[in-house]
Amino acid sequence: MYAFQYRKAKSVDDAVSALAADADAKVLGGGQSLVAALKLRLAQPSALVDLGTIGDLRYIKVGAAEVTIGAMTTHATVAASPELKKAIPALADLAGDIGDRQVRNMGTCGGSIANNDPAADYPAACQGLVATIITNKRRIAADDFFKGLYETALEAGEIITAVSFPIPKRAAYMKFKNPASRFALVGVFVAETSAGPRVAVTGAGPGVFRVKDMEQALARKFAPESVAAIKVPADDLNSDMHAQADYRAHLITVMAKRAVEKALK
Amino acid sequence: MAVKVSMTVNGKAVSHEVEERTLLVNYIRETLKLTGTHVGCDTAQCGACTVHMNGKAIKSCNIVAMQAEGANITTIEGVAKADGTLHPMQQAFKEHHGLQCGFCTPGMVMSAIDLVKNFPNPTEAQIREQLEGNLCRCTGYHNIVKAIKAASADKNVTVVGG
Repeated sequence: MYAFQYRKAKSVDDAVSALAADADAKVLGGGQSLVAALKLRLAQPSALVDLGTIGDLRYIKVGAAEVTIGAMTTHATVAASPELKKAIPALADLAGDIGDRQVRNMGTCGGSIANNDPAADYPAACQGLVATIITNKRRIAADDFFKGLYETALEAGEIITAVSFPIPKRAAYMKFKNPASRFALVGVFVAETSAGPRVAVTGAGPGVFRVKDMEQALARKFAPESVAAIKVPADDLNSDMHAQADYRAHLITVMAKRAVEKALK
Repeated sequence: MAVKVSMTVNGKAVSHEVEERTLLVNYIRETLKLTGTHVGCDTAQCGACTVHMNGKAIKSCNIVAMQAEGANITTIEGVAKADGTLHPMQQAFKEHHGLQCGFCTPGMVMSAIDLVKNFPNPTEAQIREQLEGNLCRCTGYHNIVKAIKAASADKNVTVVGG
């Protein structure tokens, strides 16, 4: 790791002013991606502004129409919440299958979303559930938030404080894991929402994306056979030693079909 | 640059000047000289560095020591009783020979205690799934799983130290 300064933020405002004073400072959530990146010297922040002790950012509020999750809520907390399991079981399932148990005890919802790893699970849930990302400045629709490889709509000094997920009629997430890293080789989040059906894919491309052809087919009939014959072009998908683009394209259709089946159960 | 870090480790208050970038595992091993916590992969995959922070299993190679400021940390040295009586999970690993070379064992035991806390009477499938964050390069999983299953029946399995 390169050397950096460390600052424990007392509040979101305190963190915002620390970031405003130092353009090269970075926000630290649970650190499960950031600390790993620092160790590989993939990042060289001047300072880490740790949100870890801001209790106000750790909560799950289940309302009549939506669930709001504080940015510093860990995956383990999200996975274990009985209220959330009732309201959006697919989201609790997704959180419970991120990384491993130790990582889930540290890793946070807001951190995952801000990092926007191309194989992260939360971005698929955000687009699949038509979520709104809430920052210290504004509310951003998930469709406008994720901008491709590790890029988001967040401006310098802007901090995610919470994410609001409208409760869908039904939803499910299916992930085909890389057998070594356990990251999504392809993950598909499918939901029937008040804004219509949604199909959001992670792991396959440079960032999360929606498959509109599948969404239209599911709008006509929400059933596995609606998506079974829809192929996603492999042109823009990732190819690496774990899977070629055409294999990832194939997996999208298979995972989408399984996710619809699971959502209907 | 240095900062002061303070926490409770195995019931004892500790405080030291460290570099900001010091990982928790290095603080535990090199400053506190508690070398039971191992560094295996150093990339948050193998789980040999697992310790408990405020009662929850975490990978100490994947957080900086300052993230544990004010926290209650338990390492493998802190799970047995003060008189040397092994923790029920340690005892079960011994009885079922849940180790071969032993390198992954401290992390396995720490992870397993957290596992049975969250899954009080785990099935074999649950144990295997929830042990995803711990790798045994000897591939001795069979007896590890047996040990965890056996220990889960002990009513004191989630109690550490004492």
